[in-house]
Amino acid sequence: MNLAATTNENLAHTSNYLIYSAMAVYLLAFFAHMAEWILGSRSKVARTAAALTAGPDAAAETGSGTVKVQVAKKGGGTAVLERPKVVTRSATGNRDVPDGPGAAGGDVKGDLYGRIAVSFTVLAFLVEFGGVLTRALSVQRAPWGNMYEFNITFSTMAVAVYLGLLAMKKDVRWLGLPLVTSVLLDLGLAVTVLYTASDQLVPALHSYWLWIHVSTAIFCGAVFYVGGVATLLYLFRDKYEAKLASGGQPGRFATSVMERLPSAASLDKFGYRVNAAVFPLWTFTIIAGSIWAGDAWGRYWGWDPKEVWSFITWVAYACYLHARATAGWKGRKAATLALIAFGCWLFNYYGVNIFVTGKHSYAGV
Amino acid sequence: MSRTEAAPERASEQDTDTSEAEDRAKRSAEHDLGEAGAQLSTAPSEELSNGPVGIGVIGWIRWLWRQLTSMRIALLLLLLLSLGSIPGSLIPQTRVDELKVADFEKRHSTISPIYEKLGLFHVYSSVWFSAIYILLFVSLIGCIVPRTWQFIGQLRGRPPGAPRMLTRLPAYTTWRTEADPEQVREAAAAMLKKRRFRTHVVGDAVAAEKGYLREAGNLIFHVSLILILVAFAVGQLFKSEGGKLIVQGDGFSNTLTQYDDFKSGSLFKSDDLAPFSFTLDRFDATYERNGPNRGTAREFVAHVTYSEGADGKPKKKAIEVNKPLIVDGSKVYLLAHGYAPTVTVKDGRGKVVFHGSVPLLPIDNNISSSGAIKVYDGYTDAKGKWDQLGFAAFFVPTYGGKGNGTMFSQFPALDFPVLNVGAYHGSLGVNSGLPQNVYQLDTDKMKPFKDPDGKVLKKTLLPGESLDLPDGAGSITFDKDIKQWASFQISQQPGNELALTGAILAIAGLAGSLFIQRRRIWVRAVTGKDGVTVVEMAGLGRSESARLPEELADLAVTLIPEAPTAPDPAAEPAEDKAAVPATSEGAEK
Ligand code: HEM
Repeated sequence: MNLAATTNENLAHTSNYLIYSAMAVYLLAFFAHMAEWILGSRSKVARTAAALTAGPDAAAETGSGTVKVQVAKKGGGTAVLERPKVVTRSATGNRDVPDGPGAAGGDVKGDLYGRIAVSFTVLAFLVEFGGVLTRALSVQRAPWGNMYEFNITFSTMAVAVYLGLLAMKKDVRWLGLPLVTSVLLDLGLAVTVLYTASDQLVPALHSYWLWIHVSTAIFCGAVFYVGGVATLLYLFRDKYEAKLASGGQPGRFATSVMERLPSAASLDKFGYRVNAAVFPLWTFTIIAGSIWAGDAWGRYWGWDPKEVWSFITWVAYACYLHARATAGWKGRKAATLALIAFGCWLFNYYGVNIFVTGKHSYAGV
Repeated sequence: MSRTEAAPERASEQDTDTSEAEDRAKRSAEHDLGEAGAQLSTAPSEELSNGPVGIGVIGWIRWLWRQLTSMRIALLLLLLLSLGSIPGSLIPQTRVDELKVADFEKRHSTISPIYEKLGLFHVYSSVWFSAIYILLFVSLIGCIVPRTWQFIGQLRGRPPGAPRMLTRLPAYTTWRTEADPEQVREAAAAMLKKRRFRTHVVGDAVAAEKGYLREAGNLIFHVSLILILVAFAVGQLFKSEGGKLIVQGDGFSNTLTQYDDFKSGSLFKSDDLAPFSFTLDRFDATYERNGPNRGTAREFVAHVTYSEGADGKPKKKAIEVNKPLIVDGSKVYLLAHGYAPTVTVKDGRGKVVFHGSVPLLPIDNNISSSGAIKVYDGYTDAKGKWDQLGFAAFFVPTYGGKGNGTMFSQFPALDFPVLNVGAYHGSLGVNSGLPQNVYQLDTDKMKPFKDPDGKVLKKTLLPGESLDLPDGAGSITFDKDIKQWASFQISQQPGNELALTGAILAIAGLAGSLFIQRRRIWVRAVTGKDGVTVVEMAGLGRSESARLPEELADLAVTLIPEAPTAPDPAAEPAEDKAAVPATSEGAEK
């Protein structure tokens, strides 16, 4: 860390300016998503999907349909092969319900707004990323010295995870509205309550483990967040499907929203995959943190509140993973555990910094 | 299907009719899979509802053991572990900060005794918390051992043969081919082997399995948790940790008597201390000069010369907050720093009775410091009588100036240092038998020197200035040479390497457990009624696997050149059949 590097005021101002601009663009994305959902609510396709959902022979044949596959022939040259149909059955215990058509509900205009929303989100992401970057440059260090910087980095990362999933051709546009909404809330909180003028770090934070530990912590949080949203929606959608299955009729608004979401089984699987995929990284984050603590404070584990809550979060996610493998616990109960686990992560992130004092207190908050 | 997954679930949110129908459907599905679905994981079975088997104590013990090592109890214990950790983060802990605990006890006099009884001031070493994690680890061991045997059995056995109805499996595909069944099976077996499936032919079908590393990873992960716990315990029992304050220019050698304070685990012995010594050559500190965080420390560096062993070669090293000095298994951490003003005390005849740098303790962020300067020996007063001198010292590195209204320091660096001393004489109380705090002046048995107004004689000195004691009792001079001190924590904690090994294994095992899919593939080739060969392929994995159908399709595509599709007869009966099982399960009528 270069001591001579004084805070560059200009860059810091640019950073603030970029963060505000990003908020404006996220707001546009938010409105576009709203338009998508509203236009989709009038769509015929959505209603057909609802009928399908309730229908008795809704067979899931994902992966079926003939796909032409080119295969190299033995003697050179290629032949077009018919990729065989693969019939899939969902695991025992799941309803065979197809996924909903998405927020736009097949409405062309709605879909257009959805695409616009995603474009705005990409733009806002780039602007926000610029904001984080200039902030980092202005202080010549990782932009994670206080809660304000932590917040702007966290929301950037959450959006990056979402856009990354989209880029991997995963069908996750249903995440758009909740994501953009919470990013706006997060940034609003950051610029009003948590704002701290840019500055350098206290010596205890000088370490390359800071880069490793904090960046993975933020990334894990972003992925846990995406998993949490999916799990929450799963709980709603599952209730909705259960009601339909038992012959009940959910309210109009609920139907309109729920019928367009992926099926409960899909949401559940998505939530599981996301959470399970980052669990090893979260484990690594805690270990990296304790190595750092070993260097900075002379003990790798000292039950500091931040350490305790990381541990609680870790155990809670382990509970969730176990619950999914335990009869009588999978499904809704396991999902609730996943939400509790994410709650622990959030508390560790906000609660511990604000309500509890420990060695991890940051300058500013 | 793994046994856990297929176990019937009570779908409480559905009305009983449907869930019973579902249950029945599931049980029959399970039955169809037979052995093929068994043992895809080594998770313990979950038939807990039946009570103790057999009579008497043995039956009960066995029942209890089975309960303890079940997934359900493991889950419960994990939940308890996380809940039990919470109070320790909200209530001050003696192991973290004893002063805070004392303060808490003072403020909450009614609740504190209850907390004390419940061990809430030392949650992580309390009886109940220990009970939770010991039970959890007993459960863990009770779980790992049988699972390991079972897994070894699976490794030595072979993948189970194809179930009767391949259509019942989660992923299924079929086509007709001119090639003869034998040939198809051979080609399929060769292909699967090449893709590193464990493959063999049973009857009319090829059975293959892959992804055993998942189970291995899972077992390694759980074993490494035990390793980490053991490492932690070893660390707690054998650790030692002590503090030492060193003024610039002074040294330290690692023996028990040299420590200011010392704590150790219950199995630590004093000759476990590694022999080494070091001298603090210089201490550098820099602070933020501008902006809202003015005064915040930017860099602390302690430059030391150390030597290993009794008389090793001296080496130089800079110790920083995150960069401890590591010698012979001990780590020397930089903890804090402050100032040690140098003073010279003379008696009435001008003889120097004390000359040295006295470390003072910081009381705020700008290093306003307080302490005591004590002259134990060699002083005689104006009448030639033996006496002791004591000075209450208050030092500020950056004085705000006279009339500023505050004596406190304005900045942590030595911009405008002043030393305020109040002078006393009498007994310093060294022989009272009570432990002496070197940083405090106990004035009980001392008399203040008085100023002309009859108050305690006090003076704020600039470097180089002196305070003359009245009636030729001598003087104290604040020398220009102001030194810094640094305090160090010297700790030795065996088991760190073991903990790190455990941690790395845990991550590796976890990655294997969560990213590798264990799956089975069956390829059945039989001659149909019309003499054309029917190939059926099916895959079984965990329900979360999205890739299974894709993998199956890939395998089929690879196999097709060896078993080219035959022209279909008029209809496509196979597909129609294929769609049936999915609906047979749709109980949401
Ligand atoms: C010390 C506390 C424990 C932790 C942190 C822990 C953590 C985990 C994790 C993260 C997984 C991976 C989940 C997955 O593969 O989906 C797992 C799986 C598993 N654990 Fe544990 N575990 C603990 C104790 C236990 C105990 C006591 C048992 C025995 C009853 C147990 C049995 C299992 C089994 C059977 C699986 C595999 C489940 C499957 O096949 O899906 N664990 N555990």
